[in-house]
Amino acid sequence: MCRRPPGLDGCRKGKQTAMGWTVPQSLEAEIDALVARYPVKRSASLMVLHALQRHFGWLSQQAIEWTAQKLGLQPIHIYELVTFYPMFRQEPVGRWQIKVCRTLSCWLAGSHELHRRLCERLGLDPHRQGPQTTADGRFTVEFVECLACCHTAPVVMINDDLWERVSLEQVESWLTRPEQLAASAPAQAS
Amino acid sequence: MPAEYRLILKHALEPGYTPDLACYLRHGGYETLRKGLTLPPRTLPDGRSLSPQEQIREEVVKSGLRGRGGAGFPCGLKWSFVDRRSGKPIYLICNADESEPGTFKDRQIIYRDPHQLLEGMILACFANDVHLGFIYIRGEFTEGARILERALAEARDHGLLGKNILGTGYDLDILVHRGAGAYICGEETGLIESLEGKRPYPRIKPPYFPAVLGLYLCPTIVNNVETLCNIKHIVAMGGSEFAKIGTPNNTGTRLVSLSGHVRRPGCYEIETGKVTLGELIFDPAFGGGLREGRQLQAVIPGGVSAKVFRAGERVSLRRRGLDGKEVVEERDVLDLPYDFDTLIAAGSMSGSGAVIVIDDSVSMVDVLANISAFFAHESCGQCTPCREGSLWMAKILKRLASGRGRPRDAEDLLHIADNIPGGRTICAFGDACSWPVQSTVSKFKEQFLARGAEGEPYRKVAQPAATSVARLSGTGGGAHPAASALASSVSTAS
Ligand SMILES: Cc1cc2nc3c(=O)[nH]c(=O)nc-3n(C[C@H](O)[C@H](O)[C@H](O)COP(=O)(O)O)c2cc1C
Ligand code: SF4
Ligand code: FES
Repeated sequence: MCRRPPGLDGCRKGKQTAMGWTVPQSLEAEIDALVARYPVKRSASLMVLHALQRHFGWLSQQAIEWTAQKLGLQPIHIYELVTFYPMFRQEPVGRWQIKVCRTLSCWLAGSHELHRRLCERLGLDPHRQGPQTTADGRFTVEFVECLACCHTAPVVMINDDLWERVSLEQVESWLTRPEQLAASAPAQAS
Repeated sequence: MPAEYRLILKHALEPGYTPDLACYLRHGGYETLRKGLTLPPRTLPDGRSLSPQEQIREEVVKSGLRGRGGAGFPCGLKWSFVDRRSGKPIYLICNADESEPGTFKDRQIIYRDPHQLLEGMILACFANDVHLGFIYIRGEFTEGARILERALAEARDHGLLGKNILGTGYDLDILVHRGAGAYICGEETGLIESLEGKRPYPRIKPPYFPAVLGLYLCPTIVNNVETLCNIKHIVAMGGSEFAKIGTPNNTGTRLVSLSGHVRRPGCYEIETGKVTLGELIFDPAFGGGLREGRQLQAVIPGGVSAKVFRAGERVSLRRRGLDGKEVVEERDVLDLPYDFDTLIAAGSMSGSGAVIVIDDSVSMVDVLANISAFFAHESCGQCTPCREGSLWMAKILKRLASGRGRPRDAEDLLHIADNIPGGRTICAFGDACSWPVQSTVSKFKEQFLARGAEGEPYRKVAQPAATSVARLSGTGGGAHPAASALASSVSTAS
């Protein structure tokens, strides 16, 4: 993870040529509509970052600068958000982002074994902090705090989908047939 | 026989009930909104006339409704603090950040019955002359945010939101705003900062009481999802009827999020104070008891911020009897009725309504290590006692839990925890991160001393690698770069 103090000389891993980075017109229109909803432009920053991250997968330096310009702010005002809020990514992530709940009720139900199994099967280090992505760029695995679904512990979020009462067999099945993940149904609360 | 009492979850849990407007309307939805918006002015004996807005506010006061977000502050009183003379717009924010570990009640409402929340919220906005409201929803509720957006669009299409609602001339819009994974956004002034597009650093009070200087420094009301749903029922049945549900000063229902080592974890709605903690855990209508062969060890009654109870603990309750005299009653913790006042009197709190049950299969040292890692990760880093203290406690606990404890760890933990809470920090997070440590270490001291004694003697070279300087560039969550790195170095403790 690259987490430099706010100097904005570019995040090493996130360095891209300025040329190759553009926001498609439809996305910009969507973002303009988001910004227009708020009485004060700056309020839209989290929503704009969500929209950019959804499209690009992560928030590059260009994305940060673009957002700042859109909202009439200095880049630092956006950079300090990206470095604070855990959901924002400063480097590319895998096709499937797996978030395992680390917190009490899920831990009691075995979420730490799930996390360890996932890491071991994917060649990642279960003791390392923060998100880790496999070399082939397919999976990103991380521990997250309580996902507010503790009664069906252990829970795991994969991209936008919530999986409940996850077993070790379930983990095996994801890894052997990840195609099922892309097609998985949207999260259902239970 | 203790039983569920479904007011807010009346329809949401029925099979076939869907979150769309048509289904809500079939179940009598938005009739209360029409009633509230068209209340005729009422003339008081002294000749003054009460507007519909004032009448709704009065009913909320009469209802005795207390906030369901954690603090249990009387809702009517909170609304009465709003500065209505400033000439500035008044904002209302629904706190849907739901991130107190163990809590999953707001999720049930948002995902299954979003229109109930909207109806309550529109009424609350109307009663407070609000024309722009926000729903601040935690970032991980991606689908929840979509459900709310859909519900809002449906409401706009049907004239229930937007300009001239139901032809009454009242204008209101509501926006969904997504957070991005930080627990401190649940604290109301942190939430306001976040909604202004900043880091969610809680504001210092005074002067920043939201009712006077909230969002954009305008008067602002922040209410929890469940609190706002209750507004609908108060307007529907009247404040005094509502106050008959539950017990005096603890009116209405509570959505209890029950999780951990019980057979039937789930979200149960009860009449406040009419069901005991023991019934919640053991009754077949609720938790249904523990797993085969297991004994109860501990109960966390109100989310991980609440002080833990030890099984078999006896608490003295001071109550005022009917004759006004104070009586002291001794009770087993399991016989405590689940309500605001009793749990506070018993030295803990009902907080967000999250009951986490812990049996004898785990060590309380590991439990506390897990809880403290959460707080270390989530401290925003503004106040030294909280930023440093939460990290120290989590580091000590991680070491203790991994077999490298020292005999004086228990004492050190208590010393740190005693020096964070009680007005030394900007927000209540400082108290929240200390309470579990104070209560768990003092009530389960033997487990902490035993682990401390087992540990290898302290050697400087035996420091865990995870805390070495090389690892100080970890992931965030905390604000301060070093703090966030340290936080992440303990975030997998337990
Ligand atoms: C650290 C911290 C976290 C909080 N998290 C939440 C939360 O996730 N949801 C919530 O409704 N209230 C939360 N609160 C309480 C809010 O600050 C606020 O009191 C509440 O939203 C007010 O609504 P109510 O009066 O309807 O309860 C939190 C408070 C603190 C100190
Ligand atoms: S008490 Fe902790 S979380 Fe609250 S403002 Fe201070 S440092 Fe931040
Ligand atoms: S502890 Fe995992 S969802 Fe709450």
